[in-house]
Amino acid sequence: MTRREGVRGLAVGLAAALSACGHGARRPAGAATPITLRFWAFGREGEVVQQLIPEFERTHPAIRVRLQQIPFTAAHEKLLTAVVGEAAPDVAQLGNTWIPELVALRALLPLDSLVRRSPVVVPEDYFPGIWDTNRLGDTTYGVPWYVDTRVLFYRSDMLADAGYRSPPATWSTWRAAMARIRARSGGRTYGVLLPVNEWAQPIALGLAAGAPLLRDGDRYGDFTEPRFRAAFTFYIDLYRDSLSAPVSNTQVANRYQAFAAGEFAMFISGPWDVGECLRRLPDSLRGRWMTAPMPAADAVPDVPATLPLRGATDTTVPGASLAGGSSLVIFRDSPHPAAAWAFLEYLSAPAQQAAFYRVSEDLPARRSAWEDPSIARNPYVRAFGRQLQSVRPTPPVPEWEQIATLVATHGEAAARGAVTPDAALSALDADVDRALEKRRWLLARQGAGATGTGR
Amino acid sequence: MPRLAVRPATLVLHAALVAVAGLTVAPLAWMVSASLMPTGSATTYPPALLPHPVTLVHYRELFTRLDVARELANSTLIAGLITASSLLINSMAGYAFAKLRFPGRDRLFGFILLGLFIPPQVAMLPLFVMMREAHLVNSYAAVILPSMASVFGIFLVRQYVLGIPDELLDAARVDGAGELRIYWSIIVPLCAPVLVTLAVFVFMSAWNDFMWPLIVLTDGAKYTLPVGLANLAREHVQDAELMMAASVVTLLPVLALFVALQRYYVRGITAGAVKG
Amino acid sequence: MTTAGRGGPGAQAARRAALLLLAPGLLLITVTFLLPAAASLLLSLSDFDLYAVAVPADARVVWLRNYVTLVESPLFWAAFRNTLYFVLVGGPLSVLVSLGAALMLSADGVRLRTLFRTVYFAPVVTTLVAVAVVWKYIYAPQIGLLDTGLRWLGVAPVDWLGSAAWAMPSLIVMNVWKNFGYNMIIFVAGLQAVPTELYDAARVDGAGAWQRFWHVTLPSLAPTFLFVSITTMIGALQLFAEPYVMTQGGPLHATLSLVLYMFDQGFAFWHIGYAAGIAVVLFLLTLAGAAVQLRARRAPAAI
Repeated sequence: MTRREGVRGLAVGLAAALSACGHGARRPAGAATPITLRFWAFGREGEVVQQLIPEFERTHPAIRVRLQQIPFTAAHEKLLTAVVGEAAPDVAQLGNTWIPELVALRALLPLDSLVRRSPVVVPEDYFPGIWDTNRLGDTTYGVPWYVDTRVLFYRSDMLADAGYRSPPATWSTWRAAMARIRARSGGRTYGVLLPVNEWAQPIALGLAAGAPLLRDGDRYGDFTEPRFRAAFTFYIDLYRDSLSAPVSNTQVANRYQAFAAGEFAMFISGPWDVGECLRRLPDSLRGRWMTAPMPAADAVPDVPATLPLRGATDTTVPGASLAGGSSLVIFRDSPHPAAAWAFLEYLSAPAQQAAFYRVSEDLPARRSAWEDPSIARNPYVRAFGRQLQSVRPTPPVPEWEQIATLVATHGEAAARGAVTPDAALSALDADVDRALEKRRWLLARQGAGATGTGR
Repeated sequence: MPRLAVRPATLVLHAALVAVAGLTVAPLAWMVSASLMPTGSATTYPPALLPHPVTLVHYRELFTRLDVARELANSTLIAGLITASSLLINSMAGYAFAKLRFPGRDRLFGFILLGLFIPPQVAMLPLFVMMREAHLVNSYAAVILPSMASVFGIFLVRQYVLGIPDELLDAARVDGAGELRIYWSIIVPLCAPVLVTLAVFVFMSAWNDFMWPLIVLTDGAKYTLPVGLANLAREHVQDAELMMAASVVTLLPVLALFVALQRYYVRGITAGAVKG
Repeated sequence: MTTAGRGGPGAQAARRAALLLLAPGLLLITVTFLLPAAASLLLSLSDFDLYAVAVPADARVVWLRNYVTLVESPLFWAAFRNTLYFVLVGGPLSVLVSLGAALMLSADGVRLRTLFRTVYFAPVVTTLVAVAVVWKYIYAPQIGLLDTGLRWLGVAPVDWLGSAAWAMPSLIVMNVWKNFGYNMIIFVAGLQAVPTELYDAARVDGAGAWQRFWHVTLPSLAPTFLFVSITTMIGALQLFAEPYVMTQGGPLHATLSLVLYMFDQGFAFWHIGYAAGIAVVLFLLTLAGAAVQLRARRAPAAI
C-alpha cells in the first residue's frame, strides 16, 4: 500500500534522523560482542530470578541476559502488544494458560526437537498434569518453570477454637467451620478471604467439582452445567452468608496484617504466599497457621459421583485444583534460539530449580527438585505437594484469558449481590459463546475435529 | 467585579483563599513527606503526617535497584526531542498559515482545526498497526513521531504571527530576502515569546504523556517515567513510601519548570482560549 | 494581508515556500493522526483480531456487527454510562470550582495574588500518573489520609475506591483537584476582559454586588464558558490514566471508561475491529457534545 510505504519511508527517515532510536537490542551481535538475550519475567519472579543470572553468564561468557520485570496484572497486555508489535523478547516466562493464545499468534518456537536431544529437560521428571498444559496437539511450546496451584491457608488456632483439630477436607465441613468461626467472633471475623474479582477461585472450585467449563470441543461455554453451578453457588453463598468479605484484591491494603489480626481465618492462595506469610506475619503467629489441600467437593446431586468421596481423611487425594504455573518459552522471532535454549536448560536443571525455589519460594515443576531439603523439610509446602497429585488444566483455547476475565466479571457481580448466581451463569455462558464465535468459525472452516486445539 | 473592600469580607475572602490553597497543596505535601518516611509508616494507622525519622532510603532504592535514572533519561530525551522538533515544525507551519498566500489556505487551516475535535485515542489502534509495519514498535521514534507536529502548536504560532506587521516582512522582501530566510531571521526571533510558551506546553505534555508510550514501548529500558511509575505502582502496592518517592521524582522536573516559566505557560492558555 | 502572493513572481515563491514550510507539519499530522483516525472507521467494520494478526486472511468484513455487539454488551454500556457520569458531573463541577477560584483571585484587594494563582495552578502541570498514585493512597480505606481526616471529624471511614458507588465520585474529586487551575486561568483572563464601564453603569443603576455578578459578569463570560465547557468535555471523555492506575476499571466496572474499555479490548485482547468501534463511538460522542454546546450557546443567551 502506498500509504503504508509512505509511512514507513517517512518514519524510517525520521527515525534515522533522531539518533539513538530504533531497536538497538535486536541487532545480531558481532563475533566480538556477546549475544544479549532479552528475558521477560513477571511479578516477584521477575525480581528474584536476577539472582540466578550471574551464574549463567559466568558459565556462558558469550551470552548476556537482560531481564525485564513486568507486573503480573499488566503482563498479558504487554506480552501480546510486544508480540503483535514484533518486539517480543527472546525468552519469557508465560502463564501456562496463555500458551494457546500465543500459539494462535504463531509466536512460540516449537521445542520438541530440542527437548528430545536435551540431557537436562526430561519430560518424565515433571508433574504430568503440568507438563501437559505446555502441549497443544502434538507440539510442545513451553517448559514448565514452576507450578502454581491453589491451596487453603488457615489459622489453625482459630479452627481449633471453633472445635476443628484438622483442616476441613470437604466443602460441607469447610462451610460449617467458617460459620462456627463467624458466629463465635460475634460477626467480627470472616471465615475466608476470597477476593471477589479473581477468576481463579470460582474456577478452582469448579474444577474440584469436576466441571468441564467448556463443551463441544471447547466451542461453547458450559458454566450452567450442574457441577459448575453447584460450585459457583457454594462460592456465592459464602458472600451471601457473610462467610467471606466482599472485597476485591485491590482493596485489601495489607492482607497479612488482617490475617494476623484474625479478620479472617482462611484464604486461598498459591505457593508464593508461603514465603510472604513467613516474612510478613508477626512472630507471635508462628505455629498458629498452616496450609492444607483444597477441600473436596461434596457429591453434586444428579451427577455421577466421579468425585473424591466425602469425609476424605488427611491421606487421600484432595479436591482438584488448578494446574497452574509458569512456563519458559522461546519466541519464534528470537535471533538467538540456541542461546535461548541454553538459558532455558540452565533454569530447568534440578539444581537451579531448587535454587529458584530458595529465592522465589515458587515450587519447582520438576519432581526431583522437591527432594532438595529446603523443600522437603518445609511443612507449609507439603499441602502443595499433595495438591499437585490432583490438578486439572483450564481448557486450552486462545480465548482463555478473555473467558477468565468474564468469569471474574460475572463472579464479582454475583458475589456483590448485583445479580443472582443463576443469572450470572447464564450471562457468562452467553458472553463466552460470543467470545468463542471466531474459534467456531475457524474450526468450521478448517473442518477440524471436535478436539481442535488452539489451531 | 464584586467589590469586597469591607474588612470582614476581605478577611473571609483570604481565609477561603488560604483554605483552598491548603487543599490544593495537601496531597503534594503529603507525597513529599511520605516519600521521606521509613517503610511502613505511611500505611499504618493512624498515618504519619511527618517523616520520623527522615530517610532517603526510598530515593536510594529508586536510583540503584530500580533504575529510575534510566527512565528519567528516557523521559528527558523523548520530551526534549519532541520539544525541539515541534518548535521547528509548528512554527514553520504557523508562519505559512499566517503570512503566506496560497490557494485554499484558510480552508486548509479550518480543516486542520477540526483535528482538535478528534480524541487522539481514536487514532491509536491503526497507529500501532502502522508502527508495527514500520518496525518502530518499542522505539523512541514511535513515541516522538506523533507528537512532533500538533494542531494546537500550529494554531498558537499562527495567532502570534498574525500580529506581526506585514511591513516588516515586506521591507525584508524588498531587500531580496526569500521566504525561508524571512522565516528564519525575522519570524523566529520575533516569535521568541510564543516559542517559549509552546516549548513549555509541549515539553510538559510530552513529559506527562501516558497512554501512547504505555502502548508502544514494550522494553523496560525504554520506559518513560509515567510508564515506569504505573508499572511500579502495580508491582509494589504495599510500598507506599517508595511509590511516593517515585512520584516526587516524576513530578519535580515539571513543577520546577512550571515555577520557572509559568508566565509563558499561563500566556499560552489564555492565547488559546480568548483569541480562539 | 501580506504583499507576498499578490500576483507576480512573488506569488510563485510564496507558494513554493508555503509548501516547504507546511510539508513536515501537515505530513506528520496526516500520517500519524488524521489517516489513522480515519482508518479506525474502516477497521471497525472488520473483525480484525489476534487470529488475523497471525494470518491476515482470517479477518472478515463484518460491516456493522461490531456495533451490534457493542450495543448488546453490558460492559460497553457500563463504560458509556461511566464516561457520561464523569463528563456530566465532573465537567460542570470542575468548571464551577474554576469559576469560584477565578472570582476569588480577581476580587479587589487580594494580597499575594500571584502566589495563590501559582499554588492553585500547580496540580495542572503535575503528571497524572504520579498524582493518581498519590491519591490512591489518600483514598486507602481506614488508613488513608482522607478516612483519617473524616474519622477525626467523626465520620465513619469509607472505602472510596473499593465501593462501586464512591469510586467514580472519588475520581471526579481528584480530577477537579488536578484540573481546576487550568480553567481558572482562562476565567481570570475572561474577567479581566469585562469592560469596567459595564460595572460602573450597573452601579449607577443601583445594582448590588450580586446583581452585578448576575447581569454583568456572567453574560460577559459567555464565550469563555463555551470554550471552557467544550475543552473540558473533550478532555473528560478521554478518561483513562486515573482508572488504569487507581482502580483498573473496578469495582464492578464502576470506573471502566470508554477509553479504558477500548484499551482493554484492543491491547489486552487484540479485538482490534471491536476496539476500533469503541474509538468511533468516542469520536462521535465528542462531536455530538461539541455540537450540542455550540448550538445551545447560539440560541439566545439564557443567562
